[in-house]
Amino acid sequence: MSQQPHMIGGLPPEAQPQLYLDGVSRAFDGFKAINNLSLVIERGELRAVIGPNGAGKTTMMDIITGKTRPDTGQVLWEQSVDLTMLDEADTAQLGIGRKFQKPTVFENHTVEDNLALALKGDRSPFAALFYRAAAKEAARIDELLGIIRLGDLRRRIAGSLSHGQKQWLEIGMLLAQDPQLLLVDEPAAGMTDAETMLTADLLKSIAGARSVIVVEHDMDFVRALDCKVTVLHQGSVLAEGRLDAVSAMPEVIEVYLGR
Amino acid sequence: MAASRLIDRRMGIFLAGLFVLTVAVPVGNLWIAGQPVPTYLVALIGKYLCYALLAVALDLVWGYCGILSLGHGAFFALGGYAMGMYLMREIGARGVYANPVLPDFMVFIGWKHLPWYWLGFDHFWLAAIMVVAVPGALAFVFGWFAFRSRVTGVYLSIITQAMTYALMLAFFRNEMGFGGNNGLTDFKDILGFDLASHETKVGLMMLSAVALAAGLLLARWITTSRLGKVLVCLRDAESRTRFLGYRVEHYKLFIFTVSAMMAGVAGALYVPQVGIINPSEFSTANSIEIVIWVALGGRGTLVGAALGAILVAGAKTLLTGWFPELWLFALGALFVLVTIALPNGVLGALEGGIGRLRRGTPTREAEA
Amino acid sequence: MTFVLRIVVVLLTLAGAQHAGAADFAKLVNALPHGSYHERADVVREIGKTGNPRAVEVLQALANDDLKVMADGTVVIVDDKTGAAVGAVEGASLGTPSADSLTRVRVNNMVRRAIRTATGMLTLRSPDPAKRLAAARDALRSASPDQIEALDAAIGAETDAGVKALLTEARAAAVLKTDAATTEKVAAIRLLEARGDEAARAALSPLATAKDPEIARAVTSALASIAETQRMWRLAQNVWYGLSLGSVLMLAAVGLAITFGVMGVINMAHGELVMLGAYTTFVVQQVIRADAPWLFGWSLAIAAPLAFVVAGAVGIAIERGIVRHLYGRPLETLLATWGVSLILQQAVRTIFGPDNRDVGNPGWMSGAFPLGQMQVTWNRLWILIFAFAVFAALLFVLKRTPIGLQMRAVTQNRAMAANMGIRTGRVDALTFGLGSAIAGLAGVALSQIDNVSPNLGQNYIVDSFMVVVFGGAGNIWGTMAGGFALGIANKFLEPFTGAVLGKIVILVGIILFIQKRPRGLFAVKGRAVEA
Ligand SMILES: Nc1ncnc2c1ncn2[C@@H]1O[C@H](COP(=O)(O)OP(=O)(O)OP(=O)(O)O)[C@@H](O)[C@H]1O
Ligand SMILES: [Mg+2]
Repeated sequence: MSQQPHMIGGLPPEAQPQLYLDGVSRAFDGFKAINNLSLVIERGELRAVIGPNGAGKTTMMDIITGKTRPDTGQVLWEQSVDLTMLDEADTAQLGIGRKFQKPTVFENHTVEDNLALALKGDRSPFAALFYRAAAKEAARIDELLGIIRLGDLRRRIAGSLSHGQKQWLEIGMLLAQDPQLLLVDEPAAGMTDAETMLTADLLKSIAGARSVIVVEHDMDFVRALDCKVTVLHQGSVLAEGRLDAVSAMPEVIEVYLGR
Repeated sequence: MAASRLIDRRMGIFLAGLFVLTVAVPVGNLWIAGQPVPTYLVALIGKYLCYALLAVALDLVWGYCGILSLGHGAFFALGGYAMGMYLMREIGARGVYANPVLPDFMVFIGWKHLPWYWLGFDHFWLAAIMVVAVPGALAFVFGWFAFRSRVTGVYLSIITQAMTYALMLAFFRNEMGFGGNNGLTDFKDILGFDLASHETKVGLMMLSAVALAAGLLLARWITTSRLGKVLVCLRDAESRTRFLGYRVEHYKLFIFTVSAMMAGVAGALYVPQVGIINPSEFSTANSIEIVIWVALGGRGTLVGAALGAILVAGAKTLLTGWFPELWLFALGALFVLVTIALPNGVLGALEGGIGRLRRGTPTREAEA
Repeated sequence: MTFVLRIVVVLLTLAGAQHAGAADFAKLVNALPHGSYHERADVVREIGKTGNPRAVEVLQALANDDLKVMADGTVVIVDDKTGAAVGAVEGASLGTPSADSLTRVRVNNMVRRAIRTATGMLTLRSPDPAKRLAAARDALRSASPDQIEALDAAIGAETDAGVKALLTEARAAAVLKTDAATTEKVAAIRLLEARGDEAARAALSPLATAKDPEIARAVTSALASIAETQRMWRLAQNVWYGLSLGSVLMLAAVGLAITFGVMGVINMAHGELVMLGAYTTFVVQQVIRADAPWLFGWSLAIAAPLAFVVAGAVGIAIERGIVRHLYGRPLETLLATWGVSLILQQAVRTIFGPDNRDVGNPGWMSGAFPLGQMQVTWNRLWILIFAFAVFAALLFVLKRTPIGLQMRAVTQNRAMAANMGIRTGRVDALTFGLGSAIAGLAGVALSQIDNVSPNLGQNYIVDSFMVVVFGGAGNIWGTMAGGFALGIANKFLEPFTGAVLGKIVILVGIILFIQKRPRGLFAVKGRAVEA
């Protein structure tokens, strides 16, 4: 499963990239959704990924999380683990958390249970069978409920939440997992402007201790994140840099902003 | 604390009813003059209780985990065959051919030796282990393949059906050594108790009630644990559950195997009470009928599943007695009506109705 | 040299017999009641050689104990039922003599054998080529040296090439039992080797241990070559059985491929729709038998469109009444349609009774014809053709007609199709109706080879699902490939495992296959499927 660690430029482990994609391609029925994609995410980095519909943003996340296997290329986690050999549960246990484009929460469980089930811990069936809630975990849930501001609704069935509330709950579940890397797909969809800004702040505050990749179409949101931006087009990186810089590039304007 | 987790209101009511039954039936059959509870009724009730346990087993996988198994008839039958093998060997030299070792049907087809897989079945304890081990092992192996490769939904239903069908064909073969068409029958006694006696029948019925209660509590314990919550997660959003780091296939495998074992126990209790086990127990129709018990009672309610089994089986006994022509019409209509009009089953509809009356307005959950 | 001499002798005796004619025949017939069984058998052989047109009738009467002697010594043939007698020699009617004035001419097995050979010889000259062919086949099977003369005569007179070849082979087989010269026997062996079937093998195998090394060698190599030929034919026969089973499976499953593939609906009542098709055929035939027997040859052609309509209408009713309410809930659909299947089964049982109903094969559907060493039954052949025709028609509907386009649009993206103005409800009903109607057609075909009973559908439901799942839902090419692959695999396994075990092996194989390719051979790919 894991490979020999190999250093890039002899850097100490803390300075090594968290995630390293090299020459990744994936075709669906001959259509290249990801085409020779290379990407490096530093430890603690906040990165925004933008690109037109169908650029391959979600597919990139599928590959990182082991949902989709690339045809070629390398995906390395902390320089040592080959993510292409793992599946979704493995990558989640490694510390990669994901929020989906379409919010998916467990509709038949309460808000509280949704968070509890996401909390970091032993995931084996037998551990789950004999699990007893600990005080520390209850406290953590309270804390998370505060962050996502769903404290009043903690006993509500998640299926009855509004779209935006579900988005928040899913963010809460993501935080509960305590991941090293957060993959966040279009978190702002269905949120009010104020909430969008709150989300941006939240993500900014998370970054540093953890790495975060955010996919978003909302440019105000991306601007608010104030971070390095990667523009994806036809499955590969078109441009990288500050938002102002990339949005000034003619090729970016042509494929994306110009439309 | 633990009790309140396991026994909610509906479970409490059901268990109380079951307790009354286990006391009233023996008393009515054995001790009250004039026998207000005839012995055939005792055996019938015992049979229903086995069905109820089988329904609880299916509810565990279907109600809580979304696996519509059309293979539970097979697990039930395998448990039944394991018990039947013990009962056959118990007959000893009292068979028609008076062979002390070989069951009659083997003598009849000219076998000289007991096949290896029949060895040891003269010991009750071995048979008792096999009752859970064989269905459990089959479910484990089958599930290991199926869940690992992420076969879900109707595809899973279809291949469980194929498994059951293949087993039925296999058990119909005389060469299998399970009595072919006729199956195993003509049992004499169990652990030395005469199967024809009133006392044994009452005892078996009480044992079935205890097994049902134990099965319900076990199922309840599992479903109210965190594991049970994870099962509901993967039922509703399997992919999402994986992304939280849960190995969905392990959870499914666990519950599928436990459920198969429970079905095996139900089959094992069933066989001595009806006195026969044959390959028709493996038929497709049987396995689907179990599903309608659960659907009628209410998926994911455990108690509802048990009630559904008893209701449908009772109706079957009555209707096939009165108007045999009508039974399949009624059963067919039940399938259609329950799926369309009663998606939450009788129990769901009852409790939903009561809840709405109490609150006065429909809740948002009920709409969702 | 001896060969030529023999032929001359044979021809001369034959000519003599022909010349002696009727007088000899009468003498021989009148001699029949007398003498020992041994002598009687000799007389029978002589009668065979006369070639008299009445000889067959007389000999058959003798074999059936219908040859009697009247008090005055006249030999007569008496009809068992009416008791009417005709003179054995001339065939003139002699009224109805009382039973106790007649003595039976007794025969034993030896005489019967002689009768069989003699009538065989006689039919070799029958004017009907089919009868001659059958007689030649008998001659090959019995292969006795004393037939050689008759065979030679028949070969000389034969005009039909097929019969002639068979006669020559029969003669070769007979020659092998004589003490003819080695070269002649080797030539005979070669001839039989070329024939290459079971009869040839039976004729040759006793000679494998012949004293003459040349003959033994020739026989051994001939037997090996025959074994090879037979193996090839067995293979061909298995392929044919497999194709035939495959066509049946495909017919039963292709409707399911539509409902399951296009709509994602598991229709457990599919088998019962097949059954309705079969019962429609039964009803059509009943009406024809009662009112228009001359139409019987057309009964299937009449039943097919009716079955299409009946099953299609029931299908649309199921869709509008039940399935429609359950879209997006495939497991519930499975249960509800199972309920429908129970109701349909019981309805048919109530109306038509629980037993098998008799559905007849029209003339063109019955019987078989030989193809080399295999037998091809007409009904299986027609069903294969019918299956392909249905498949082609379906392909046409799906790929080339507007309704087919709409169906495919709805399969690929229901919401989008709805937005584009396609009335998805109507398309759903039509699609389900089409799948059901095809099940009805399958029922017409199945009524010709299977028992028509209320359980007919149940026997096919598991198989049909296996075909669809194996082939890949939503792709009717997959269904065709799945049907034929499973049919052929089944028939190839059967000789090794027996039918039941073979089926079990196939089922287990499919279960394992699904693990490898959860979406079947020809999977429909895409995100929509995964969701
Ligand atoms: N499993 C799959 N099967 C077939 N095609 C796929 C699959 N997954 C992705 N694709 C195709 O790959 C392309 C990239 O899709 P992807 O969802 O990654 O785009 P995206 O950048 O996330 O777009 P959006 O901004 O609309 O979310 C699309 O054309 C999509 O149809
Ligand atoms: Mg996307």
